[in-house]
Amino acid sequence: MTSLALKGQCASPGFSAGIVVAAGKRPAPQRAIEKGGKGDPAAEALALTAAINRAVIELRRLVESASGEAADMLGFQIAMLDDEELTQPARDEIAAGKTAVEAWTRAMDAEIAGYEGSDEEYFQARANDLVDMRERVLDALIGAASTSLPPGSIVLADDITPSRFLSSNWEGGAILLRRGSATSHVAMLARSRGVPMIVGLQADDIAGRNVLIDATQGLVIVDPSSTDATRFEQQCAASRARDMATAGFLGQPAVSRNGERIITLINIADPSELDGLDPACCDGIGLVRTELLFEGATLPSEDAQTDIYTRIVRWAAGKPVTFRTLDAGGDKPIAGLTPLGESNPFLGMRGVRLTLSRPDIFLPQLRALARAAAAGDVEIMIPMVTLPSELEATRALLHQACAELGAAQIAHRLPALGIMVEVPAAALTLGTFDAAFLSIGSNDLTQYVMAAGRDIAAVAALADPGHEAVLRLIGMISAHGERSGIKVSLCGDAGGDERFIPQLLARGVRILSMPPRLLAAAKQVIATVNLESAS
Amino acid sequence: MMRSGSAVLTNAVGLHARPSVKLTQLAKSFSGTVEFALAPDGPWTDAKSPVKVMRVRAAKGATLHVRTQGVDADAALAAIIDLVQRQFDEH
Repeated sequence: MTSLALKGQCASPGFSAGIVVAAGKRPAPQRAIEKGGKGDPAAEALALTAAINRAVIELRRLVESASGEAADMLGFQIAMLDDEELTQPARDEIAAGKTAVEAWTRAMDAEIAGYEGSDEEYFQARANDLVDMRERVLDALIGAASTSLPPGSIVLADDITPSRFLSSNWEGGAILLRRGSATSHVAMLARSRGVPMIVGLQADDIAGRNVLIDATQGLVIVDPSSTDATRFEQQCAASRARDMATAGFLGQPAVSRNGERIITLINIADPSELDGLDPACCDGIGLVRTELLFEGATLPSEDAQTDIYTRIVRWAAGKPVTFRTLDAGGDKPIAGLTPLGESNPFLGMRGVRLTLSRPDIFLPQLRALARAAAAGDVEIMIPMVTLPSELEATRALLHQACAELGAAQIAHRLPALGIMVEVPAAALTLGTFDAAFLSIGSNDLTQYVMAAGRDIAAVAALADPGHEAVLRLIGMISAHGERSGIKVSLCGDAGGDERFIPQLLARGVRILSMPPRLLAAAKQVIATVNLESAS
Repeated sequence: MMRSGSAVLTNAVGLHARPSVKLTQLAKSFSGTVEFALAPDGPWTDAKSPVKVMRVRAAKGATLHVRTQGVDADAALAAIIDLVQRQFDEH
């Protein structure tokens, strides 16, 4: 058999090998009723009841380990499955002679069609939840173990939801998507957990076939030859050896070759990224993105936000945690929140410009952050600041939030308020800002300085954080911090990129924030840099 | 006895998944019937069924007409109206 090479784009690097499982596909369901020839409606009805009960029990178990948005969505599914109104049409079909599997599928498909046909985006999006319910009950009916995938699966699907991702153990596995996007939440989660993931893969039905996956190259080899397998093994071994050497650095503080201590922080977008991560491997959290909380069907309540923020603060166990206030817009549109049809969203209503126009959203977030600050060392960072007035307007809202909480006798503390430095205008006028700290957002700073978006392939090479113009600006920001005694960190992709770390250190950056999986490699690189010779 | 009242849906996305669950949970805590409609003369929807509530697809800005019956009709009406006015605690 000759091997077949399939190509896609890397969404999360790494290697994997094994048999492909198609997600959302199952063998044609067969129930006892069909074996026995003539159906027994009473037995089928009982089977459906048992399957729904089992699905609800599974969901209840999932709720226990979920929080915030995820817990609410699971709760919604439980409420729906508990409702006779949902199950009655299926029971009617069973009474008319259908199997439980057929009856449930038909009844749910009819309900799902109603959601898919809605003009309202929010209701359309709920069709996905009903599909989830349909599948979970079907799995229970045909005796599939659970809708969560077996540990270490190599999954092929058109796309995959964050909840599906979070409900599975991916160690040793991989994700292959025909559609999908490297900027999706799942891709972000996959990268932070080191799960190889390829998107835009031109693959027909390769379920059940043996594959070798080099996600870094976006490459899938189907039915590999022994030559393919040998070469793959060598690549994996080399990669593992590099990882082993690197892993030794994880638990150590970052120190340059000349003995200077460098602060290494982590970037996260979801508290689940902290699972299994030892706080001792970093000096704190330099960036908590909060957009994920706002992408659900409904806005997160202040209480839900407080819960999630507090969970993160508790994990840090006294180390500082920097939360970025909602940074919607630009490459992070949020339906119903960010304006539609802006000709250039990167230069439009995004970050603090948007949140200041929506105190109904901003104030609850600031209140939730002030409440979480009662549990530890919380800093608030405002994105896309251009003028000092934006910082001051936010400060006024933060003080209002704390005054309200105080009046209501709700535990809280006033967090330190700092800014992200990503707009060149702010970078060049830092002396006019009364900020408690500065965090260089090197991604946006680079694209605004270079006038090139890294998401536009044709100009991506111009969007180079290593360009002298960007580095010079970073050097100016660091020097300002040193002169004025204001803490300066850097939280863009360059901060965790071994190609750029030596240059950033040379320009005076001493605090780097990066995805957790890059910590070890970053510390390894830091240990090779001699800052005495650099300065 | 029957009681009725109304309130405008002002939460961000209307009577959606999470608000629906809150509404039905609250409605179920009363012994009498709790129904709502988008027009004062119906059609009326059982506020204790999340499936039925979701099918109404009540969008932001819609007026919810609520009617309750039974011994706790007054309390039920007041509680439901309050929940809607509190924007289902969603902000």
